[in-house]
Amino acid sequence: MAKLNLVEAINLGLRQEMNRDKNIVILGEDVGKDGGVFRVTDGLQKLYGEKRVFDSPLCESGIVGTSIGMAVYGLRPVCEIQFDGFIMPGFDQIITHAARIRNRSRGRFNVPLVIRCPHGGGIKALEHHSDCPEVLFSHIPGLKVVIPSGPYDAKGLLASAIRDDDPVLFFEPKKIYRSIREEVPEKEYIIPIGKAKILQEGNDITIISYGAIIHKVKEAVDKINDVSCEIIDLRTISPLDEETIIESVKKTGRALIVHEAPRMFGAGAEISALINENALLNLEAPIERVTGYDVVVPLPKLEDYHIPSVDRIINGIKKVINFS
Amino acid sequence: MLKNLKKFDVNRLEILDTKGNYDKKLMPKLNNNDVKKLYESMILTRIFDRKALNLQRQGRLGTYASMEGQEATIIGSSYALEKEDWLFPCFRENGALILRGQPMHELLMYWAGDERGMNVPKNINNFPIAIPVATQILHAVGVGMAAKIKSHKTCSLVYFGDGATSEGDFHEGLNMAGVYKAPVVFICQNNQWAISVPRDKQTSSETLAQKAVAYGINGIQVDGNDIFAVYKATKDALDSARKGQGPTLIECETYRINDHTTSDDAKKYRDLKEVEEWKKKDPIVRLWNYMKKKKLWSKDYETKLISKLTKDVEDAVKKAESMPKPKPEDMFKYVYKNMTERQKKELGELNG
Repeated sequence: MAKLNLVEAINLGLRQEMNRDKNIVILGEDVGKDGGVFRVTDGLQKLYGEKRVFDSPLCESGIVGTSIGMAVYGLRPVCEIQFDGFIMPGFDQIITHAARIRNRSRGRFNVPLVIRCPHGGGIKALEHHSDCPEVLFSHIPGLKVVIPSGPYDAKGLLASAIRDDDPVLFFEPKKIYRSIREEVPEKEYIIPIGKAKILQEGNDITIISYGAIIHKVKEAVDKINDVSCEIIDLRTISPLDEETIIESVKKTGRALIVHEAPRMFGAGAEISALINENALLNLEAPIERVTGYDVVVPLPKLEDYHIPSVDRIINGIKKVINFS
Repeated sequence: MLKNLKKFDVNRLEILDTKGNYDKKLMPKLNNNDVKKLYESMILTRIFDRKALNLQRQGRLGTYASMEGQEATIIGSSYALEKEDWLFPCFRENGALILRGQPMHELLMYWAGDERGMNVPKNINNFPIAIPVATQILHAVGVGMAAKIKSHKTCSLVYFGDGATSEGDFHEGLNMAGVYKAPVVFICQNNQWAISVPRDKQTSSETLAQKAVAYGINGIQVDGNDIFAVYKATKDALDSARKGQGPTLIECETYRINDHTTSDDAKKYRDLKEVEEWKKKDPIVRLWNYMKKKKLWSKDYETKLISKLTKDVEDAVKKAESMPKPKPEDMFKYVYKNMTERQKKELGELNG
């Protein structure tokens, strides 16, 4: 089995789906000849032609808005927004229409649309190239928000996203686009949206995380020998796999949430409330959050102070474990 | 050296004048039945509209946006569509939706705040009413692009107002339609007012039609109270789109006789004299004059027509108002294809 990185796995996933369903089209800025600025769609235009893989003008609202129209007509567009910080011009179309058309039409129309977008920091980029906007979308009923943490999951989740009859935001952690390789089967497999994965079982603390930062969580856990950690990779932010979180915390009695996005009103806040509502009496310590700070994502010189480090995660684990 | 690279013309199409005289050379192919259907649809649009305003005043409808004065633009354009074509309304085109077969009682349900009214019947390619300004333009372009990708002959037609031409989505839409030569007809209902802001404060372009030039697509202005001109411009645009010749922007110059919506009071910002001047150009009277000249109209015809259409509207009101209230669970049913676990819990809470 081939060992692929995230870019290659998503590319393979796109090919698999495009071979299966001729209604799938890909559009976005530079996705054609150039294969996308991260090369995720590399070679696809050559394989499927300009009718199915085409460059758009520079207009994120236009990309999302026309994709909605195409989806309603019967195509299954997979559109690419080039950077997380550039999704904002498309925000209106995503929130105002993609998320609502099924409801507005009482089910007559639906929007089977995947919006692919690189996610998060850690690549020493310009402003607006390192943001984590996932909760802006997970707050919105009608949308699904997926963030894989590695190549294997990415391929399976992408297939689910493309086959989903509702709009899915598919965030790709750009920090790990090429930094890790996993065995990724060529053959078709599906990872359902809304199902978290227990990466490691443990009894003392539940660590809930998602996206690129998962790899720092693993590093932190590897450095702490005397604590039995259970690590949950959410994989989907919305809809949240509530059961997996609650059951795990009921078992361990302690919870740490780690994400790169700012803390205020972040995914951690929702997960923390969920645990309080469902497992309060099982808790032996307050829930802790290790997150990006409530600041504008810094440029490269200060970026590493913002993104949770392995040390911050270790400190978070210790704080929860040592609470008495 | 200074070279001139481009000069452009903006054309305006007028066929029918206020007296019912018409330009024979420009007259589109319409038989007597077509003319009658156009007339009847405009009358129905006005009866429906006035009824809706009345119902709103009685507290039986919510906020409502009147179409009065714009019937020729609404009917002339939608009449040119083929059944398989797609129509994207904004919120002032009930007449077009009805003409394409959407049941009147469902539209009344919608305006009364019942979302079941926007469940457009499956055999009608009308998109739901879009309340935000200009955003639906991109959906229409997307449908055009998809039809082209699938090698279908389907076109899409989208309505928006003069105010919408200031929104980004208008520009992205026209630009993309131009780039992909998408079979789309953009109908700008220039009714001179975007709530309280007059047309000349919306843009310094002399016409809205000329905005097409910048995007390399066809553009034309028509007298929007002249149903023959609106029909011809739309039909020509659809024919050209179907032949693969790309999109067209049609600016229909018309006038919003009533307030922006029932929540608005236009007296605060608009001179009544202006309204009176435009009432003289009433699109229905204009076609009526034509029909009288052509002997297509009689008192008896008119009496029977008004009585039938009034009854149809009254029946629709009765039907809409006799519908049982929507169920609270409907709120949850159409957010996703399948309810999430959390929604199921919330619905459980709601049901006690």
